[in-house]
Amino acid sequence: MIHQFKDWEKNRHDYAKEWKEKTDGKVMGYFCTYVPEEILYAAGILPVRILGSHEPQDVTEPHIFAMFCPFCRDCLAQGLKNRYKYLDGLMIAQSCLHIRQAYTSWVKHRPVDFEKFLCMPHKVQSPHAYEFLTEELRVFKKEVEDWTGNKITDKALDEAIKVYNENRRLMHKLYELRKRDNPPITGEDVMEVVMAMQMTDKAEHNKKLKELIANLEKSTPNREVGSRLMILGSEDDDTVFMNMVENCGATFVIDDHCTGSRYFWNEVVPEKDRLASIAARYIDRIPCPSKDWEERKRIPHILNLCKEWQVDGVIIMQQKFCDPHELDFVAIKKALEDAGYPTLFLEFDVTVPTGQFRIRVEAFLEMIGEEDLF
Amino acid sequence: MEQEALYPTEKLKCWNEAKQIRMKYYQDYAEARNKGGIRWAGGAWTFDAIPAGLGEDVYPITSEPYGATIAFDKDLSLECMEAAEKEGYPRDLCSYMRNYWGSILIDKYPFGYNDTGEFVARFQGAKPLGFPKPDFIWQDHICCSHAKWYQVVSDLEGGIPMFTVDNAVGPANELTDSKIKFVVEQLKDGIKFLEKVTGREYDDGLLFKAIRNHFVSTSKWAEICALNKAIPAPLDEKSIYSLYVLGTLQKAGKQVADFYEKTLLPEIKERVKKGIAAVPNERFRVMSDTQPPWSFLSIFRYLEKFGCVSIGSLYTFGLIGQWEVKKDGTWGPKTIPDVEFSSRDQALYEYVKYELHKPEWQHFYSCHLKSDMMIRIAREWKLNGVMLHYNRGCEGLTVGIAENRLALLEAGFPVMAFEGNNADEREFDEARTKAKINAFMETIGAK
Repeated sequence: MIHQFKDWEKNRHDYAKEWKEKTDGKVMGYFCTYVPEEILYAAGILPVRILGSHEPQDVTEPHIFAMFCPFCRDCLAQGLKNRYKYLDGLMIAQSCLHIRQAYTSWVKHRPVDFEKFLCMPHKVQSPHAYEFLTEELRVFKKEVEDWTGNKITDKALDEAIKVYNENRRLMHKLYELRKRDNPPITGEDVMEVVMAMQMTDKAEHNKKLKELIANLEKSTPNREVGSRLMILGSEDDDTVFMNMVENCGATFVIDDHCTGSRYFWNEVVPEKDRLASIAARYIDRIPCPSKDWEERKRIPHILNLCKEWQVDGVIIMQQKFCDPHELDFVAIKKALEDAGYPTLFLEFDVTVPTGQFRIRVEAFLEMIGEEDLF
Repeated sequence: MEQEALYPTEKLKCWNEAKQIRMKYYQDYAEARNKGGIRWAGGAWTFDAIPAGLGEDVYPITSEPYGATIAFDKDLSLECMEAAEKEGYPRDLCSYMRNYWGSILIDKYPFGYNDTGEFVARFQGAKPLGFPKPDFIWQDHICCSHAKWYQVVSDLEGGIPMFTVDNAVGPANELTDSKIKFVVEQLKDGIKFLEKVTGREYDDGLLFKAIRNHFVSTSKWAEICALNKAIPAPLDEKSIYSLYVLGTLQKAGKQVADFYEKTLLPEIKERVKKGIAAVPNERFRVMSDTQPPWSFLSIFRYLEKFGCVSIGSLYTFGLIGQWEVKKDGTWGPKTIPDVEFSSRDQALYEYVKYELHKPEWQHFYSCHLKSDMMIRIAREWKLNGVMLHYNRGCEGLTVGIAENRLALLEAGFPVMAFEGNNADEREFDEARTKAKINAFMETIGAK
């Protein structure tokens, strides 16, 4: 069932190249999930998120100082190693400083036909952010039109919003299934579905996702559920880690990642001014910690997820040196523990020490399971 | 290694005045409440002319200089760092921020009164005061750590009213009316917030004066730095650190504007006219980048043994200084807007439009914009090389530094990169850095 999604994720470059050949369209690489994909989709462009490859590399040292997160360096390495040569454009929406460096180095050393730094506001809690971002999107739309030579009509935007919203609704449906006592899908497989979602045509993804959900609805897997876990933190596409944990007597039933629920949680609420409605979606979405201030709005959301998905414990992971998450996890850990959810904090790099992490995870699971003994 | 003096030198006449302004600033903040005044906290880049409209008894403490002040007191800094680490905060976070948080956690202010009742630094014998809690937080946000820094401050203090302005609206060369207005509207909301938390009526007249001070401080500071194009340089970077800091404390303050315009600028002009050097054996000129390792400013004195002067940096020039390209194509001080303020909206618009050109905000959007400015400085200030501080203590100013290195090399300037930390002395290796300087001096022909 999950094979198609894994195939898309593992062979992401082949998918994009084939898509390009098939449609004669343009492919836009993007960093960070604050990029308003709907506008690109409406222009007939395939947005693909740049992710790393989890291989040790030695090409980024001259470009990014080693105190910045391994994820941004891994992403840049993909560009410098020419793995994304098929890209027509590259863009980023303003988020953390770390990933921005992957973008700025990439556009200089591997130039593309179209480049864009979209000024996504940081203060999403300001009432003025809506108007500001709407105007930024208006400028961006015009730039895309000039680049492609095609007008982005309201009809095309409506269609893009429809496809994207359907994708989000289907993902919610998939996540609802994980509330079951015996979730029909593992956290590792869900991660594959979300990653595939970030690099394929959403209409195609929707089709396969419907089939997957229909199958899962009837499925009762014959695997031990064990402790029900949440995973939260920085960008995380480490399926090896997920697999390891889920083979230690646990199941990830929910997450708070930009390669997970944060990516699709909110829908665009269609309004007459399409760009304003898209802007509102990105302003109101579950925030990345880099934008979660002055109030920490993620905390009640995380606690609610824990409650609804009946979580036994939470793994807080962060990419090494990821400042926005480092600035949040102390408060998040406290809030979780005050609410009775045990936590395990782990620091990730491009590759994780699976053996060492296994020992820590097993100890954590043992601790969670202890209550059952007495 | 020591070389014969080529130029006359003399101490800065205004040195003690600069020190007094700085000390009074920390004293005023500490004592504000005793006099019925207000104290507030925010970053060195915050729009500090705004709280000035609350009255003439409103005193700030800016976070980065405060973190640097603690760093200079090594024992206190270590205590602060360890207190922050004990709370669970990682060692790779901004080191100014960790000093600041630590100061709250251990409840120690780096200043206090000595036995004779004089207000002095802790390492000068003061009995330390507790950390003076601010009445409100007035912050800006362009670096990932800015707003988050004060979220934690508020947590640690059990809740402080906080307002943060998002000023990350894009580079100066892409400014639009919409971008300026986004910041202006936030400032207007901020004024309402200030009135609410203080219960005071806002005075636009005071705001207008503070904005005017801001224009003067930032433009005159740039003019002072531009004078350092002269050979010999009238100022060396170690001295510049003690002077630029006033702008980071209270750029909208009259005492700072007056000092830059009426005291420091005439003195530096005079030094240039008379050929008075900061380093009398000046033969080679370099610049640095980002904050220095504050506990080890002696490395700048070490350069002088080779006849090398560090004339400043984009950091010291552009953190507070405002610049523009002059008719002859060179960099000079930004022209002070020739406008009379007639309304709050208009004054705020002018303030924001001016401030969004800050050189040290541009690299947050693209390191290549910073490379261009650095190459400009290297050319116009006639440099032989560049020392880049790969600063583990500040992600905001270290962003893109590796690309800056490549660009400077490509432009033909030798570069020495050294790793360190502006405020966590555990991450600076003095001996290794000096060994690097030895090799670098040889590279540029100074040895």
